[in-house]
Amino acid sequence: MAEQKRAVALISGGLDSMLAAKVVMEQGVHVEGVNFYTGFCVEGHTHAIRRAKRDREKRNNALWVAEQLGIKLHIVDVIEEYKDVLLNPKHGYGANVNPCLDCKIFMVKKAETWSFMEDNNFDFIVTGEVMGQRPMSQRKETMPIIARESGVEDRLLRPLCAKHLPPTLPEREGWVDREALYDFHGRNRKPQIALARRYGFTDWAQPAGGCCFLTNPDYAKKLRDLWEARGTRDYELDDIMLLKVGRHLRPASHYKLILGREEGENRYLEGYRNTFVSLKPTSHNGPFGVIDGNPSPDDIEFAARILGRYSQARNAPNLTLEVRLPDGTINPLTVRALSADEIAEDWHV
Amino acid sequence: MSEQHALDASGLLCPLPVIRTQDAIKGLAAGDRLLVTATDPGTMHDIPAWVRVHGHVLRKAEPDADRFLFEIEVRC
Repeated sequence: MAEQKRAVALISGGLDSMLAAKVVMEQGVHVEGVNFYTGFCVEGHTHAIRRAKRDREKRNNALWVAEQLGIKLHIVDVIEEYKDVLLNPKHGYGANVNPCLDCKIFMVKKAETWSFMEDNNFDFIVTGEVMGQRPMSQRKETMPIIARESGVEDRLLRPLCAKHLPPTLPEREGWVDREALYDFHGRNRKPQIALARRYGFTDWAQPAGGCCFLTNPDYAKKLRDLWEARGTRDYELDDIMLLKVGRHLRPASHYKLILGREEGENRYLEGYRNTFVSLKPTSHNGPFGVIDGNPSPDDIEFAARILGRYSQARNAPNLTLEVRLPDGTINPLTVRALSADEIAEDWHV
Repeated sequence: MSEQHALDASGLLCPLPVIRTQDAIKGLAAGDRLLVTATDPGTMHDIPAWVRVHGHVLRKAEPDADRFLFEIEVRC
């Protein structure tokens, strides 16, 4: 009896990677999933932070996909390594700060490295790429680049569009039957949905592409603002997490006010009391605020007046707050909230 | 003889508590138990899901004030 071949599948949590893994599993290959956590993944965080979304199930779609497929899923922290991909993309950015091609090359290469490090002896790598589906990373011209620059070469199998590509090692060696692979192409999702139904899948996450904050114009604007304000294109995990949370206003280049938009965000921001100057309304209901940067006492007072605009004291004579410094010092402050027309449009990041 | 280990994933947002759990279990033997403390409500879904797909046994998953406590028995 032939030895069962082993494949590692990149699982994003979307439909395409789920189908790609399933297609290969149906051919008798042992498949395990790997999911890379860059810090920019939409999965999890905002669902956990924002109370408004608490009625939605807080599932991790990659884990959910693994359960549907009955495979193991290994989630790998690549936050530090990913910085170089984002900050120095050889192939540049897409419409926002999304280095999609470099990202795909990194992930395929990382899957290979992970497999080696884990001593898992996988024979090939599977992705859910569909030719022509994504403008930057999933084009006919870029597919060979990913295979080549990742170093995985012809051990990279794309089961959903394999028939548009030269036969890979798993196909040539007969580990998988090329005839049972697919020729999906373009942005039309109907073939994937039909295949999902054929496999009996009735639920799946939104189609690929919506899983990364770097493709989001609002997030990209906040990230660029952060780099510009600091004078350096670098970040820590807390920086990029905070960009996902709250209302961001920058009234001056040297500080930025972040205000919670609801209870979940307020609670999350309170976790940064020992890192930033923070503002907590005491006389009225209102958002919790943190000030990122180097605010002077006058800046803190002005930030408190901005906060007042978003509190129930917006039409009151005064708002009293607690100003807490990172060292734990707390001082009361009473201010008048700014009016709507005193909030400049370009403060909103 | 099986051992009991502890992991504090407080303050981390998903999927980091899952990743830390996965990394901790990697070094344990079958029969060992890992007690995980987390604060992200998402862990109540994600840690049990991870335990299921890896074939371990979840002995406990419950909220305790502002925390979430898990007890996992390593199977393989």
